[in-house]
Amino acid sequence: MPRSTHQFTPKVITANALLEGDVVYLTERDCWTRDLREAALLTDEADAELRLLQAEAQTGVVVGAYLAEMAAGTHGPEPVHFRERFRRNGPSNYLHGKQERI
Amino acid sequence: MYAYSEFDKSFLASRNAQFRAQVERRIAGHLSEDEFKPLRLMNGVYLQLHAYMLRVAIPYGTLNSAQMEMLARLAEKYDKGYGHFTTRQNIQYNWPELRDIPDMLDDLERVNMHAIQTSGNTIRNVTADHFAGAAADEIADTRPVAELIRQWSTDHPEFQFLPRKFKVAVTGSPNDRAVTRAHDIGLRMVERDGTAGFEVIIGGGLGRTPMLGKVIADFVPREDLLPYLEAIVSVYNLLGRRDNKYKARIKITVHENGLEKIRALVEERFGAIKARFSGIDQQILKSIEASFAPPAFKKSDTAIFEESRAKDPVFRSWADTNLHPHKAEGYSIVTVSLKAHGATPGDASGAQMRVLADIAKRFGHDELRISHEQNVILPHVHQSHLPDVHGILKRHGLASANIGLISDIIACPGMDYCALATARSIPIAQQIATRFDDLKLEHDIGALKIKISGCINACGHHHVAHIGILGLDRAGQESYQITLGGDHTETAAIGERAGPGFSSAQIIPAIERLIAAYLEMRLSEDETFIQSYRRLGMAPFKAALYPEKAQENAA
Ligand code: HEM
Ligand code: SF4
Repeated sequence: MPRSTHQFTPKVITANALLEGDVVYLTERDCWTRDLREAALLTDEADAELRLLQAEAQTGVVVGAYLAEMAAGTHGPEPVHFRERFRRNGPSNYLHGKQERI
Repeated sequence: MYAYSEFDKSFLASRNAQFRAQVERRIAGHLSEDEFKPLRLMNGVYLQLHAYMLRVAIPYGTLNSAQMEMLARLAEKYDKGYGHFTTRQNIQYNWPELRDIPDMLDDLERVNMHAIQTSGNTIRNVTADHFAGAAADEIADTRPVAELIRQWSTDHPEFQFLPRKFKVAVTGSPNDRAVTRAHDIGLRMVERDGTAGFEVIIGGGLGRTPMLGKVIADFVPREDLLPYLEAIVSVYNLLGRRDNKYKARIKITVHENGLEKIRALVEERFGAIKARFSGIDQQILKSIEASFAPPAFKKSDTAIFEESRAKDPVFRSWADTNLHPHKAEGYSIVTVSLKAHGATPGDASGAQMRVLADIAKRFGHDELRISHEQNVILPHVHQSHLPDVHGILKRHGLASANIGLISDIIACPGMDYCALATARSIPIAQQIATRFDDLKLEHDIGALKIKISGCINACGHHHVAHIGILGLDRAGQESYQITLGGDHTETAAIGERAGPGFSSAQIIPAIERLIAAYLEMRLSEDETFIQSYRRLGMAPFKAALYPEKAQENAA
């Protein structure tokens, strides 16, 4: 793949848990959390791509790992796009995604 | 009602055991996700935004009370207490854990239900008029034919890897309640010289390239139907494009090759295979028909219905809106709205499902239906029982008198659940319903179909809505595009785009302007929204949607 010249924007690695399907995020210590605030915000492109490969290899733990754009917030990473906001919060029609815990 | 034969039972049991083993191997790490995904999809298991989803087929929308009770049990035991009924007469569970799904399938098996071919490039759950076997206007009950098609298509060896998914809908009434022209194959029962056969429509579909189906044969006798269908699907199987998934549906095959060529190929194939069917299908059909024999309708006094209607305005409003004429004297078809104002269209709690099962048992000849409009039908209720039925429904939040009205909205799961979504659809439906309920305008507005999809795949049928709403992602914001003039009935039409999209804050006021314009322009209270639209065309409605533009043009 040609190296792009664009600036790399911060990202987290996210996926769904194999057993429950829950949204999960990769932490600094390479384990998975259900709380976005605990996710590692990756700012270096090479590092992000390498860690994504490692995450994808964990097929017995997670499904569909990808890099999701985030911004640094006061309490950890914050979604940039609304899709990631919904993934973090759970559905808006019932209070039983993760809103209950936020 | 059709009960599984020994063959059906052992087929399903072995299929469920097979899938259980596949799930175990996936969890144990012996199958990768790439290997497992097609297997789970063949059994109706998706991975959505927040969880797995299990899609269970409700063939031709028909259920008995034991089946509905089982759906309730699954909702409570494996989900968060509810299920979502969809436009394809399926129920979707949004929160099962992977480990539990084989148990869910075993539970379903006990009541003759399954999730096979609710996904993947196969012939999907056959949908039918939800009033079949009950409606006063039908030629005949089409469910025996739908069941025959289900048996023929389930695990059909030639049709497990079609170019793309394949959807069949059947109606037995000239008033098309099954949206036959938006299906890969639509079947409309027609009569010729006193015998019933089918008009066969192919190449309809929604999604990113909406198309209405075209008539490939105006009359196929009933005994030729299965070989004729087999001929269509096998021609499509060879000709359909596998190089581009957006061009793989039969609608594109018909469009690219022309109806004439497809018809000639189908006729040729039909001639070659017809003999193989040798009437066995007709013997099977005979025995299926016996299991769909109409219930023993009773004859009794309906005075209490008229009395209640006269003295209780709430009952009257419900009866006038939610009942439909039945073929048997003294009976009505009851549509139970799953669209309480502000609720999620199509969702029912386990408790509500139990109540519905109980009503069906006590007052409804043990039958229930799911409509593509995401409501539940009690097809056979004697009018003397209607006041009781209404009373029970009221106590469980199921008595909304809004069938066919502005709040009877179809909405797909959208970005609240679906991984493919580009915007949410449920909250828009909730807001429209509550807004017009607050304005107390719903009954004044009258018949109106609003349908909402959360992406271009059009699962919410927005193309065939009077007012269609499509949720998109525009520069990182949810944006809603309006189409007008669609029609899902026998006069099917694809709606026309009105103009630029609206933000989630602007969409409800935009709909309000549209409705206000209609109320002002209609000739009388009898002229419905779609009739006004057909009379006046897009322009005045567009002006209402985009007042600034209209002013600019006037200046
Ligand atoms: C996990 C959730 C879902 C996924 C992944 C999904 C996927 C899709 C896709 C990809 C298409 C476009 C097919 C094409 O154009 O070739 C489609 C169409 C459609 N889906 Fe869904 N869908 C989902 C949920 C639903 C639900 C909940 C319903 C019923 C409310 C539904 C009913 C339909 C219908 C009616 C169409 C349009 C008719 C057609 O052209 O096939 N789907 N779906
Ligand atoms: S229309 Fe799009 S968002 Fe809605 S259910 Fe279908 S795929 Fe999902």
